[in-house]
Amino acid sequence: MRVNTTKFAFITIAVGAAVMAFAHWFNVDYLYFASYTILQFIVLATAWNILGGYCGYVNFGSAAFFAMGAYSSVALHKFDTLIDHWFSGSFAAILHAVFPLPIPILILFGAIVSGIAGFGMGYLTLRLRGSFFAIATLALAVVLQTLVVNWEYVGGSRGAYIIRPESIEFAGITINYIEYLFGLMLLLAMISLVTARAIEHSQLGFGFATIRDDELAAEACGVPTLRVKLIATTISGAFMGMAGAPFPYYIGYLQPSSAFGLEYAVNSIAMPMIGGTTSWVGPLVGAILLGSAQQYATVTISSAVNLLIVGLMLVGFVIIAPNGLIGLVQGWRRAWRKP
Amino acid sequence: MTALLHVDNITKRFGGFVALDGIDLEVQPGERLGLIGPNGSGKSTLVNCICGTLQNESGSVSFDGQTVDGLAAHERTHRGIARSFQLPRPFHSMSLADNLRIPLLYTVRTREGMLHAHSDLNARCHELLEMVGLAKKARQLPRDLTQVEMRKLELARAMAAEPKLLIADESMAGLSHSEIEDILALLVRLNERGITVILIEHIMSAVMSFSQRLAVLVSGKKIADGKPEDVVRNPEVVRAYLGQ
Repeated sequence: MRVNTTKFAFITIAVGAAVMAFAHWFNVDYLYFASYTILQFIVLATAWNILGGYCGYVNFGSAAFFAMGAYSSVALHKFDTLIDHWFSGSFAAILHAVFPLPIPILILFGAIVSGIAGFGMGYLTLRLRGSFFAIATLALAVVLQTLVVNWEYVGGSRGAYIIRPESIEFAGITINYIEYLFGLMLLLAMISLVTARAIEHSQLGFGFATIRDDELAAEACGVPTLRVKLIATTISGAFMGMAGAPFPYYIGYLQPSSAFGLEYAVNSIAMPMIGGTTSWVGPLVGAILLGSAQQYATVTISSAVNLLIVGLMLVGFVIIAPNGLIGLVQGWRRAWRKP
Repeated sequence: MTALLHVDNITKRFGGFVALDGIDLEVQPGERLGLIGPNGSGKSTLVNCICGTLQNESGSVSFDGQTVDGLAAHERTHRGIARSFQLPRPFHSMSLADNLRIPLLYTVRTREGMLHAHSDLNARCHELLEMVGLAKKARQLPRDLTQVEMRKLELARAMAAEPKLLIADESMAGLSHSEIEDILALLVRLNERGITVILIEHIMSAVMSFSQRLAVLVSGKKIADGKPEDVVRNPEVVRAYLGQ
Protein backbone atom coordinates (compact mmCIF):
# COMPACT_ATOMS: atom_id res chain seq x y z
CA MET A 1 0.00 0.00 0.00
CA ARG A 2 1.11 3.48 -0.83
CA VAL A 3 1.66 6.00 1.94
CA ASN A 4 -0.25 9.22 1.30
CA THR A 5 1.40 12.62 1.29
CA THR A 6 0.31 13.67 4.76
CA LYS A 7 1.64 10.47 6.28
CA PHE A 8 4.83 10.81 4.29
CA ALA A 9 5.22 14.39 5.54
CA PHE A 10 4.93 13.16 9.13
CA ILE A 11 7.48 10.43 8.51
CA THR A 12 9.82 13.01 6.97
CA ILE A 13 9.37 15.30 9.97
CA ALA A 14 10.12 12.43 12.31
CA VAL A 15 13.28 11.50 10.41
CA GLY A 16 14.29 15.17 10.22
CA ALA A 17 13.79 15.61 13.95
CA ALA A 18 15.87 12.50 14.62
CA VAL A 19 18.69 13.80 12.42
CA MET A 20 18.53 17.18 14.17
CA ALA A 21 18.56 15.55 17.61
CA PHE A 22 21.47 13.32 16.67
CA ALA A 23 23.45 16.27 15.30
CA HIS A 24 22.70 18.29 18.43
CA TRP A 25 23.80 15.44 20.65
CA PHE A 26 27.01 15.02 18.65
CA ASN A 27 27.46 18.81 18.55
CA VAL A 28 30.62 19.10 16.45
CA ASP A 29 30.84 22.19 14.26
CA TYR A 30 32.49 20.30 11.45
CA LEU A 31 29.60 17.82 11.31
CA TYR A 32 27.21 20.72 10.80
CA PHE A 33 29.39 22.17 8.05
CA ALA A 34 29.73 18.90 6.20
CA SER A 35 26.10 17.86 6.56
CA TYR A 36 24.92 21.29 5.46
CA THR A 37 26.62 20.73 2.11
CA ILE A 38 25.04 17.31 1.71
CA LEU A 39 21.59 18.65 2.60
CA GLN A 40 22.08 21.50 0.18
CA PHE A 41 22.83 18.98 -2.53
CA ILE A 42 19.71 17.00 -1.63
CA VAL A 43 17.68 20.14 -2.31
CA LEU A 44 19.57 20.92 -5.53
CA ALA A 45 19.40 17.35 -6.83
CA THR A 46 15.69 17.06 -6.03
CA ALA A 47 15.01 20.41 -7.71
CA TRP A 48 16.99 19.39 -10.79
CA ASN A 49 15.15 16.11 -10.92
CA ILE A 50 11.74 17.78 -11.06
CA LEU A 51 12.66 19.19 -14.47
CA GLY A 52 15.41 16.83 -15.59
CA GLY A 53 14.11 13.52 -14.27
CA TYR A 54 10.33 13.90 -14.33
CA CYS A 55 10.09 15.97 -17.55
CA GLY A 56 13.31 14.86 -19.25
CA TYR A 57 14.65 18.39 -19.75
CA VAL A 58 18.35 18.45 -18.85
CA ASN A 59 19.28 21.69 -17.13
CA PHE A 60 22.98 22.55 -17.14
CA GLY A 61 22.38 25.88 -15.50
CA SER A 62 21.64 24.76 -11.93
CA ALA A 63 24.50 26.92 -10.69
CA ALA A 64 22.79 30.00 -12.11
CA PHE A 65 19.61 29.38 -10.13
CA PHE A 66 21.59 28.55 -7.01
CA ALA A 67 23.66 31.72 -7.44
CA MET A 68 20.56 33.81 -8.01
CA GLY A 69 19.27 32.67 -4.64
CA ALA A 70 22.62 33.43 -3.04
CA TYR A 71 22.95 36.83 -4.66
CA SER A 72 19.42 37.88 -3.81
CA SER A 73 20.43 37.31 -0.18
CA VAL A 74 23.58 39.36 -0.67
CA ALA A 75 21.59 42.16 -2.31
CA LEU A 76 19.11 42.31 0.58
CA HIS A 77 21.89 42.06 3.16
CA LYS A 78 23.74 44.89 1.46
CA PHE A 79 20.59 46.99 1.40
CA ASP A 80 20.53 46.94 5.19
CA THR A 81 23.94 48.61 5.42
CA LEU A 82 22.98 51.28 2.90
CA ILE A 83 19.66 52.37 4.41
CA ASP A 84 21.11 55.46 6.12
CA HIS A 85 23.02 56.34 3.00
CA TRP A 86 19.91 56.30 0.79
CA PHE A 87 17.05 57.23 3.08
CA SER A 88 16.49 59.44 6.10
CA GLY A 89 13.90 60.24 8.72
CA SER A 90 10.99 58.02 9.61
CA PHE A 91 11.21 55.93 6.44
CA ALA A 92 14.74 54.91 7.36
CA ALA A 93 13.50 54.06 10.85
CA ILE A 94 10.83 51.79 9.40
CA LEU A 95 13.39 50.09 7.19
CA HIS A 96 15.70 49.62 10.16
CA ALA A 97 12.88 47.91 11.98
CA VAL A 98 12.41 45.47 9.10
CA PHE A 99 16.03 44.90 8.11
CA PRO A 100 18.17 42.87 8.40
CA LEU A 101 15.73 40.24 7.20
CA PRO A 102 15.85 36.84 8.87
CA ILE A 103 17.15 33.99 6.73
CA PRO A 104 13.77 32.26 6.26
CA ILE A 105 12.52 35.44 4.56
CA LEU A 106 15.69 35.55 2.45
CA ILE A 107 15.01 31.96 1.43
CA LEU A 108 11.54 32.99 0.34
CA PHE A 109 13.03 35.85 -1.69
CA GLY A 110 15.58 33.52 -3.25
CA ALA A 111 12.77 31.16 -4.20
CA ILE A 112 10.77 33.94 -5.82
CA VAL A 113 13.72 35.35 -7.77
CA SER A 114 14.88 31.96 -9.03
CA GLY A 115 11.31 30.82 -9.63
CA ILE A 116 10.71 33.82 -11.88
CA ALA A 117 14.02 33.12 -13.62
CA GLY A 118 12.93 29.50 -14.09
CA PHE A 119 9.64 30.62 -15.58
CA GLY A 120 11.46 33.00 -17.92
CA MET A 121 13.94 30.35 -18.97
CA GLY A 122 11.10 27.93 -19.66
CA TYR A 123 9.28 30.52 -21.71
CA LEU A 124 12.33 31.50 -23.77
CA THR A 125 13.37 27.94 -24.51
CA LEU A 126 9.94 26.51 -25.28
CA ARG A 127 10.86 25.21 -28.66
CA LEU A 128 14.18 23.74 -27.62
CA ARG A 129 14.52 20.10 -26.73
CA GLY A 130 17.29 17.69 -25.79
CA SER A 131 20.81 19.00 -26.12
CA PHE A 132 19.61 22.35 -27.48
CA PHE A 133 17.75 23.02 -24.26
CA ALA A 134 20.80 21.95 -22.23
CA ILE A 135 23.05 24.35 -24.14
CA ALA A 136 20.57 27.20 -23.69
CA THR A 137 20.56 26.68 -19.91
CA LEU A 138 24.37 26.62 -19.91
CA ALA A 139 24.33 29.92 -21.81
CA LEU A 140 21.95 31.36 -19.22
CA ALA A 141 24.47 30.56 -16.48
CA VAL A 142 27.29 32.25 -18.39
CA VAL A 143 25.22 35.36 -19.10
CA LEU A 144 24.15 35.66 -15.46
CA GLN A 145 27.67 35.20 -14.17
CA THR A 146 28.85 37.98 -16.47
CA LEU A 147 26.07 40.20 -15.15
CA VAL A 148 26.96 39.54 -11.53
CA VAL A 149 30.68 40.06 -12.13
CA ASN A 150 29.85 43.51 -13.47
CA TRP A 151 27.33 44.40 -10.78
CA GLU A 152 29.19 46.55 -8.31
CA TYR A 153 26.39 46.62 -5.73
CA VAL A 154 26.76 42.92 -4.87
CA GLY A 155 30.55 43.11 -4.91
CA GLY A 156 31.25 42.45 -8.59
CA SER A 157 34.20 40.21 -9.24
CA ARG A 158 35.72 41.07 -5.85
CA GLY A 159 32.92 39.27 -4.09
CA ALA A 160 30.96 40.17 -0.98
CA TYR A 161 31.60 39.52 2.69
CA ILE A 162 28.82 38.58 4.99
CA ILE A 163 29.82 38.38 8.64
CA ARG A 164 27.53 35.92 10.24
CA PRO A 165 26.72 36.23 13.94
CA GLU A 166 28.13 33.72 16.39
CA SER A 167 24.74 32.60 17.52
CA ILE A 168 21.07 33.35 17.26
CA GLU A 169 18.47 33.56 19.99
CA PHE A 170 15.06 31.91 19.79
CA ALA A 171 12.64 32.43 22.65
CA GLY A 172 15.46 32.74 25.13
CA ILE A 173 17.42 29.76 23.80
CA THR A 174 20.80 30.51 22.25
CA ILE A 175 21.59 28.44 19.18
CA ASN A 176 24.95 28.13 17.51
CA TYR A 177 24.61 29.86 14.12
CA ILE A 178 25.92 26.95 12.08
CA GLU A 179 23.45 24.69 13.81
CA TYR A 180 20.72 27.16 12.85
CA LEU A 181 21.81 27.08 9.20
CA PHE A 182 21.98 23.30 9.31
CA GLY A 183 18.46 23.17 10.73
CA LEU A 184 17.14 25.47 8.01
CA MET A 185 18.74 23.43 5.24
CA LEU A 186 17.41 20.25 6.81
CA LEU A 187 13.95 21.79 6.71
CA LEU A 188 14.40 22.79 3.05
CA ALA A 189 15.53 19.29 2.17
CA MET A 190 12.45 17.89 3.89
CA ILE A 191 10.14 20.32 2.08
CA SER A 192 11.70 19.58 -1.31
CA LEU A 193 11.45 15.81 -0.81
CA VAL A 194 7.81 15.95 0.29
CA THR A 195 7.00 18.25 -2.65
CA ALA A 196 8.80 16.05 -5.16
CA ARG A 197 7.06 12.94 -3.90
CA ALA A 198 3.65 14.63 -3.88
CA ILE A 199 4.17 15.76 -7.48
CA GLU A 200 5.19 12.28 -8.54
CA HIS A 201 1.88 10.76 -7.51
CA SER A 202 -0.32 13.62 -8.66
CA GLN A 203 -1.93 14.55 -11.94
CA LEU A 204 0.94 16.98 -12.45
CA GLY A 205 3.42 14.13 -12.08
CA PHE A 206 1.64 12.16 -14.78
CA GLY A 207 1.72 15.29 -16.94
CA PHE A 208 5.49 15.63 -16.37
CA ALA A 209 6.00 12.00 -17.36
CA THR A 210 4.06 12.43 -20.61
CA ILE A 211 6.37 15.30 -21.51
CA ARG A 212 9.36 13.09 -20.90
CA ASP A 213 7.88 10.29 -22.99
CA ASP A 214 6.23 12.03 -25.95
CA GLU A 215 5.07 15.64 -26.11
CA LEU A 216 3.03 15.19 -29.28
CA ALA A 217 1.08 12.29 -27.83
CA ALA A 218 0.68 14.26 -24.59
CA GLU A 219 -0.99 17.13 -26.45
CA ALA A 220 -3.26 14.64 -28.23
CA CYS A 221 -4.32 13.33 -24.82
CA GLY A 222 -5.24 16.83 -23.71
CA VAL A 223 -2.15 17.66 -21.65
CA PRO A 224 -1.38 21.40 -21.87
CA THR A 225 2.32 20.69 -22.40
CA LEU A 226 3.40 24.33 -22.40
CA ARG A 227 1.78 25.10 -19.06
CA VAL A 228 2.99 21.87 -17.47
CA LYS A 229 6.54 22.55 -18.65
CA LEU A 230 6.48 26.08 -17.24
CA ILE A 231 5.25 24.76 -13.90
CA ALA A 232 8.23 22.38 -13.88
CA THR A 233 10.84 25.04 -14.73
CA THR A 234 9.37 27.38 -12.11
CA ILE A 235 9.26 24.84 -9.27
CA SER A 236 12.70 23.53 -10.13
CA GLY A 237 14.18 27.03 -10.29
CA ALA A 238 12.51 28.10 -7.05
CA PHE A 239 13.93 25.17 -5.07
CA MET A 240 17.42 25.83 -6.41
CA GLY A 241 17.06 29.46 -5.34
CA MET A 242 16.00 28.30 -1.88
CA ALA A 243 19.11 26.17 -1.61
CA GLY A 244 21.26 29.15 -2.59
CA ALA A 245 19.72 31.81 -0.34
CA PRO A 246 21.43 30.83 2.97
CA PHE A 247 24.72 30.09 1.19
CA PRO A 248 26.37 33.51 1.71
CA TYR A 249 25.83 33.11 5.48
CA TYR A 250 27.30 29.64 5.38
CA ILE A 251 30.37 30.52 3.34
CA GLY A 252 30.92 34.04 4.75
CA TYR A 253 32.45 35.33 1.55
CA LEU A 254 30.62 35.01 -1.74
CA GLN A 255 32.29 35.54 -5.09
CA PRO A 256 30.88 34.83 -8.54
CA SER A 257 33.22 31.94 -9.26
CA SER A 258 32.13 30.07 -6.12
CA ALA A 259 28.40 30.78 -6.47
CA PHE A 260 28.42 29.85 -10.15
CA GLY A 261 30.82 26.98 -9.46
CA LEU A 262 30.97 24.04 -11.82
CA GLU A 263 30.39 21.67 -8.92
CA TYR A 264 26.78 22.83 -8.50
CA ALA A 265 25.89 22.26 -12.13
CA VAL A 266 27.71 18.93 -12.26
CA ASN A 267 26.56 17.61 -8.89
CA SER A 268 22.91 18.46 -9.37
CA ILE A 269 22.96 16.41 -12.57
CA ALA A 270 25.21 13.62 -11.37
CA MET A 271 23.39 12.97 -8.10
CA PRO A 272 19.96 12.17 -9.60
CA MET A 273 21.65 10.23 -12.40
CA ILE A 274 23.49 8.05 -9.93
CA GLY A 275 20.49 7.60 -7.67
CA GLY A 276 17.89 7.26 -10.41
CA THR A 277 15.79 9.95 -12.03
CA THR A 278 12.28 8.53 -12.04
CA SER A 279 11.59 8.80 -8.33
CA TRP A 280 12.21 11.19 -5.42
CA VAL A 281 14.39 8.52 -3.80
CA GLY A 282 17.02 8.78 -6.52
CA PRO A 283 18.27 12.33 -5.88
CA LEU A 284 18.18 11.67 -2.13
CA VAL A 285 20.29 8.53 -2.37
CA GLY A 286 22.59 10.08 -4.98
CA ALA A 287 23.14 13.24 -2.95
CA ILE A 288 23.89 11.35 0.27
CA LEU A 289 26.22 8.93 -1.49
CA LEU A 290 28.06 11.39 -3.67
CA GLY A 291 27.94 14.23 -1.14
CA SER A 292 29.45 12.10 1.64
CA ALA A 293 32.10 10.70 -0.69
CA GLN A 294 33.08 14.25 -1.64
CA GLN A 295 33.20 15.42 1.97
CA TYR A 296 35.30 12.41 2.88
CA ALA A 297 37.68 13.02 -0.03
CA THR A 298 37.95 16.72 0.83
CA VAL A 299 39.18 15.91 4.31
CA THR A 300 41.31 12.85 3.63
CA ILE A 301 42.77 13.47 0.17
CA SER A 302 42.23 16.94 -1.21
CA SER A 303 39.36 19.22 -2.15
CA ALA A 304 40.43 19.07 -5.78
CA VAL A 305 39.56 15.38 -5.98
CA ASN A 306 35.86 16.26 -5.57
CA LEU A 307 34.93 16.58 -9.19
CA LEU A 308 37.15 13.69 -10.20
CA ILE A 309 35.08 11.44 -7.93
CA VAL A 310 31.88 12.75 -9.49
CA GLY A 311 33.23 12.16 -12.97
CA LEU A 312 34.39 8.62 -12.25
CA MET A 313 31.16 7.66 -10.52
CA LEU A 314 29.08 9.13 -13.34
CA VAL A 315 31.01 7.18 -15.96
CA GLY A 316 30.75 4.04 -13.86
CA PHE A 317 27.01 4.38 -13.39
CA VAL A 318 26.31 5.20 -17.01
CA ILE A 319 27.98 1.91 -17.91
CA ILE A 320 26.76 -0.34 -15.10
CA ALA A 321 23.41 1.18 -14.12
CA PRO A 322 22.13 3.67 -16.69
CA ASN A 323 18.91 4.05 -14.71
CA GLY A 324 20.72 4.72 -11.47
CA LEU A 325 20.64 2.74 -8.26
CA ILE A 326 16.83 2.82 -8.19
CA GLY A 327 16.71 1.42 -11.71
CA LEU A 328 19.16 -1.30 -10.72
CA VAL A 329 17.06 -2.34 -7.71
CA GLN A 330 13.82 -2.23 -9.74
CA GLY A 331 15.45 -4.40 -12.41
CA TRP A 332 16.41 -6.98 -9.80
CA ARG A 333 12.93 -6.97 -8.30
CA ARG A 334 11.33 -7.44 -11.70
CA ALA A 335 13.66 -10.32 -12.49
CA TRP A 336 12.83 -11.84 -9.11
CA ARG A 337 9.09 -11.73 -9.73
CA LYS A 338 9.33 -13.09 -13.28
CA PRO A 339 11.32 -16.30 -13.03
CA MET B 1 -28.34 18.66 -40.01
CA THR B 2 -25.21 20.69 -39.26
CA ALA B 3 -21.85 19.12 -39.86
CA LEU B 4 -19.78 17.97 -36.87
CA LEU B 5 -16.52 18.88 -38.58
CA HIS B 6 -16.32 21.59 -41.15
CA VAL B 7 -13.00 22.14 -42.94
CA ASP B 8 -13.20 25.25 -45.06
CA ASN B 9 -10.67 25.90 -47.79
CA ILE B 10 -7.55 25.23 -45.74
CA THR B 11 -4.02 25.60 -47.05
CA LYS B 12 -0.75 24.44 -45.54
CA ARG B 13 2.71 25.06 -46.96
CA PHE B 14 6.07 23.69 -45.90
CA GLY B 15 8.48 26.21 -47.39
CA GLY B 16 7.74 26.19 -51.10
CA PHE B 17 5.88 22.88 -50.97
CA VAL B 18 2.11 23.12 -50.89
CA ALA B 19 0.96 20.20 -48.75
CA LEU B 20 -2.71 21.16 -48.63
CA ASP B 21 -4.24 23.30 -51.32
CA GLY B 22 -7.69 24.62 -50.52
CA ILE B 23 -9.24 21.57 -48.92
CA ASP B 24 -12.96 21.54 -48.11
CA LEU B 25 -14.42 18.72 -46.09
CA GLU B 26 -17.56 18.17 -44.09
CA VAL B 27 -18.25 15.29 -41.75
CA GLN B 28 -21.71 14.66 -40.38
CA PRO B 29 -22.31 13.44 -36.84
CA GLY B 30 -22.17 9.67 -36.59
CA GLU B 31 -20.65 9.28 -40.05
CA ARG B 32 -17.91 6.84 -41.07
CA LEU B 33 -15.66 8.62 -43.51
CA GLY B 34 -12.77 7.01 -45.33
CA LEU B 35 -9.89 9.23 -46.39
CA ILE B 36 -7.52 7.82 -48.97
CA GLY B 37 -4.74 9.06 -51.20
CA PRO B 38 -1.28 8.06 -52.38
CA ASN B 39 1.77 8.56 -50.16
CA GLY B 40 2.58 12.23 -49.69
CA SER B 41 -0.86 13.38 -50.79
CA GLY B 42 -1.38 15.33 -47.56
CA LYS B 43 -3.59 13.00 -45.53
CA SER B 44 -1.55 13.20 -42.37
CA THR B 45 -1.04 16.94 -42.80
CA LEU B 46 -4.80 17.33 -42.99
CA VAL B 47 -5.18 15.30 -39.81
CA ASN B 48 -2.53 17.45 -38.12
CA CYS B 49 -4.33 20.63 -39.17
CA ILE B 50 -7.66 19.32 -37.88
CA CYS B 51 -6.11 18.22 -34.58
CA GLY B 52 -4.05 21.36 -34.06
CA THR B 53 -0.63 19.71 -34.22
CA LEU B 54 -0.03 21.99 -37.21
CA GLN B 55 -1.73 25.32 -37.79
CA ASN B 56 -3.10 25.93 -41.28
CA GLU B 57 -2.07 29.17 -43.02
CA SER B 58 -5.44 30.03 -44.49
CA GLY B 59 -8.96 28.73 -44.33
CA SER B 60 -10.64 27.57 -41.15
CA VAL B 61 -11.66 24.48 -39.24
CA SER B 62 -14.79 24.41 -37.13
CA PHE B 63 -15.93 21.63 -34.90
CA ASP B 64 -19.32 21.11 -33.31
CA GLY B 65 -20.51 24.51 -34.48
CA GLN B 66 -17.51 26.46 -33.18
CA THR B 67 -14.28 27.49 -34.85
CA VAL B 68 -11.16 25.83 -33.48
CA ASP B 69 -8.70 27.98 -35.42
CA GLY B 70 -5.67 28.94 -33.38
CA LEU B 71 -6.46 26.48 -30.60
CA ALA B 72 -3.61 24.26 -29.43
CA ALA B 73 -3.86 20.51 -29.90
CA HIS B 74 -4.77 19.84 -26.27
CA GLU B 75 -7.63 22.35 -26.42
CA ARG B 76 -9.05 20.61 -29.48
CA THR B 77 -8.80 17.32 -27.62
CA HIS B 78 -10.82 18.91 -24.82
CA ARG B 79 -13.43 19.95 -27.40
CA GLY B 80 -13.79 16.34 -28.51
CA ILE B 81 -11.36 15.60 -31.33
CA ALA B 82 -9.22 12.52 -30.68
CA ARG B 83 -6.67 10.87 -32.89
CA SER B 84 -4.44 7.88 -33.07
CA PHE B 85 -1.00 8.23 -34.57
CA GLN B 86 0.26 6.56 -37.72
CA LEU B 87 3.20 5.14 -35.80
CA PRO B 88 1.98 4.30 -32.30
CA ARG B 89 3.32 6.78 -29.76
CA PRO B 90 2.61 5.24 -26.36
CA PHE B 91 4.03 6.75 -23.16
CA HIS B 92 6.74 4.13 -22.95
CA SER B 93 7.62 4.55 -19.28
CA MET B 94 4.02 3.99 -18.13
CA SER B 95 1.93 0.87 -17.78
CA LEU B 96 -0.97 0.40 -20.19
CA ALA B 97 -3.44 1.47 -17.50
CA ASP B 98 -1.45 4.64 -16.82
CA ASN B 99 -1.32 5.38 -20.55
CA LEU B 100 -5.11 5.56 -20.52
CA ARG B 101 -5.13 7.49 -17.27
CA ILE B 102 -3.60 10.55 -18.97
CA PRO B 103 -6.58 11.50 -21.18
CA LEU B 104 -8.90 10.64 -18.31
CA LEU B 105 -7.06 13.00 -15.98
CA TYR B 106 -6.38 15.78 -18.43
CA THR B 107 -9.40 15.72 -20.75
CA VAL B 108 -12.39 13.96 -19.24
CA ARG B 109 -11.86 15.47 -15.81
CA THR B 110 -11.46 19.04 -17.03
CA ARG B 111 -14.45 18.69 -19.35
CA GLU B 112 -16.77 17.45 -16.69
CA GLY B 113 -15.42 19.86 -14.14
CA MET B 114 -15.57 17.28 -11.40
CA LEU B 115 -13.15 14.98 -9.73
CA HIS B 116 -13.38 11.29 -10.25
CA ALA B 117 -12.50 9.20 -7.29
CA HIS B 118 -9.31 7.19 -7.56
CA SER B 119 -11.26 3.94 -7.92
CA ASP B 120 -13.44 5.45 -10.68
CA LEU B 121 -10.36 6.17 -12.73
CA ASN B 122 -9.02 2.66 -12.26
CA ALA B 123 -12.36 1.16 -13.24
CA ARG B 124 -12.54 3.31 -16.35
CA CYS B 125 -8.98 2.36 -17.40
CA HIS B 126 -9.86 -1.27 -16.96
CA GLU B 127 -13.08 -0.90 -18.92
CA LEU B 128 -11.24 0.68 -21.85
CA LEU B 129 -8.58 -2.01 -21.83
CA GLU B 130 -11.33 -4.60 -21.71
CA MET B 131 -12.90 -3.02 -24.78
CA VAL B 132 -9.75 -3.54 -26.84
CA GLY B 133 -8.93 -6.88 -25.23
CA LEU B 134 -5.83 -5.78 -23.32
CA ALA B 135 -7.21 -5.99 -19.79
CA LYS B 136 -4.82 -8.80 -18.83
CA LYS B 137 -1.82 -6.64 -19.67
CA ALA B 138 -2.93 -3.57 -17.73
CA ARG B 139 0.23 -3.44 -15.63
CA GLN B 140 2.70 -4.18 -18.39
CA LEU B 141 4.73 -1.62 -20.29
CA PRO B 142 4.04 -0.78 -23.95
CA ARG B 143 7.31 -2.41 -25.01
CA ASP B 144 5.87 -5.81 -24.08
CA LEU B 145 3.11 -5.44 -26.69
CA THR B 146 2.87 -6.80 -30.24
CA GLN B 147 2.21 -4.49 -33.19
CA VAL B 148 -1.53 -5.09 -33.24
CA GLU B 149 -1.79 -4.66 -29.48
CA MET B 150 0.09 -1.38 -29.78
CA ARG B 151 -2.49 -0.17 -32.34
CA LYS B 152 -5.27 -1.19 -30.00
CA LEU B 153 -3.65 0.68 -27.14
CA GLU B 154 -3.38 3.72 -29.39
CA LEU B 155 -7.10 3.53 -30.19
CA ALA B 156 -8.04 2.89 -26.55
CA ARG B 157 -6.08 5.96 -25.50
CA ALA B 158 -7.83 8.08 -28.11
CA MET B 159 -11.16 6.68 -26.89
CA ALA B 160 -10.30 7.41 -23.27
CA ALA B 161 -10.71 11.13 -24.02
CA GLU B 162 -14.39 10.40 -24.79
CA PRO B 163 -14.30 12.13 -28.15
CA LYS B 164 -17.08 13.04 -30.54
CA LEU B 165 -14.76 12.54 -33.48
CA LEU B 166 -12.08 9.88 -33.76
CA ILE B 167 -9.45 10.14 -36.43
CA ALA B 168 -7.67 6.83 -36.97
CA ASP B 169 -4.50 7.54 -38.92
CA GLU B 170 -3.42 4.31 -40.65
CA SER B 171 -4.12 2.18 -37.64
CA MET B 172 -3.95 -1.01 -39.72
CA ALA B 173 -0.76 -0.56 -41.71
CA GLY B 174 1.48 -3.62 -41.46
CA LEU B 175 -1.12 -5.85 -39.82
CA SER B 176 -2.25 -9.29 -40.96
CA HIS B 177 -5.68 -9.93 -42.43
CA SER B 178 -7.27 -11.21 -39.23
CA GLU B 179 -5.73 -8.38 -37.23
CA ILE B 180 -7.23 -5.87 -39.67
CA GLU B 181 -10.63 -7.50 -39.14
CA ASP B 182 -10.07 -7.10 -35.41
CA ILE B 183 -9.37 -3.37 -35.61
CA LEU B 184 -12.20 -2.80 -38.11
CA ALA B 185 -14.69 -4.52 -35.82
CA LEU B 186 -13.47 -2.31 -32.99
CA LEU B 187 -13.94 0.87 -35.04
CA VAL B 188 -17.43 -0.20 -36.10
CA ARG B 189 -18.32 -0.85 -32.46
CA LEU B 190 -17.15 2.63 -31.52
CA ASN B 191 -19.16 4.13 -34.37
CA GLU B 192 -22.24 2.30 -33.16
CA ARG B 193 -21.82 4.08 -29.85
CA GLY B 194 -22.31 7.35 -31.73
CA ILE B 195 -18.72 8.35 -32.36
CA THR B 196 -17.94 9.85 -35.73
CA VAL B 197 -14.91 8.15 -37.30
CA ILE B 198 -12.50 9.31 -39.98
CA LEU B 199 -10.44 6.37 -41.18
CA ILE B 200 -7.24 7.04 -43.05
CA GLU B 201 -6.01 3.91 -44.69
CA HIS B 202 -4.17 2.41 -47.64
CA ILE B 203 -5.75 -1.01 -47.40
CA MET B 204 -8.66 -0.67 -49.83
CA SER B 205 -10.65 -3.68 -48.70
CA ALA B 206 -10.74 -2.27 -45.18
CA VAL B 207 -11.66 1.22 -46.32
CA MET B 208 -14.39 -0.06 -48.66
CA SER B 209 -16.03 -2.24 -46.05
CA PHE B 210 -15.87 0.44 -43.35
CA SER B 211 -16.67 3.74 -45.04
CA GLN B 212 -20.07 5.19 -45.75
CA ARG B 213 -18.39 7.95 -47.70
CA LEU B 214 -14.97 8.23 -49.27
CA ALA B 215 -12.79 11.29 -49.87
CA VAL B 216 -9.65 11.18 -52.00
CA LEU B 217 -6.64 13.46 -51.64
CA VAL B 218 -4.03 13.76 -54.36
CA SER B 219 -1.11 16.22 -54.12
CA GLY B 220 -2.85 18.31 -51.51
CA LYS B 221 -6.13 18.59 -53.40
CA LYS B 222 -9.38 16.77 -52.84
CA ILE B 223 -10.27 15.17 -56.16
CA ALA B 224 -13.27 13.10 -55.17
CA ASP B 225 -15.83 12.83 -52.38
CA GLY B 226 -18.86 10.61 -52.39
CA LYS B 227 -20.18 7.08 -52.14
CA PRO B 228 -17.28 4.59 -51.99
CA GLU B 229 -18.40 2.55 -55.00
CA ASP B 230 -18.78 5.70 -57.12
CA VAL B 231 -15.50 7.19 -56.00
CA VAL B 232 -13.39 4.16 -56.90
CA ARG B 233 -14.84 4.26 -60.43
CA ASN B 234 -14.06 7.96 -60.80
CA PRO B 235 -11.59 8.22 -63.70
CA GLU B 236 -9.49 10.85 -61.92
CA VAL B 237 -9.06 8.59 -58.89
CA VAL B 238 -8.15 5.64 -61.06
CA ARG B 239 -5.60 7.77 -62.86
CA ALA B 240 -4.05 8.97 -59.59
CA TYR B 241 -3.74 5.45 -58.24
CA LEU B 242 -2.84 3.46 -61.34
CA GLY B 243 -1.28 6.08 -63.57
CA GLN B 244 -2.39 6.57 -67.13
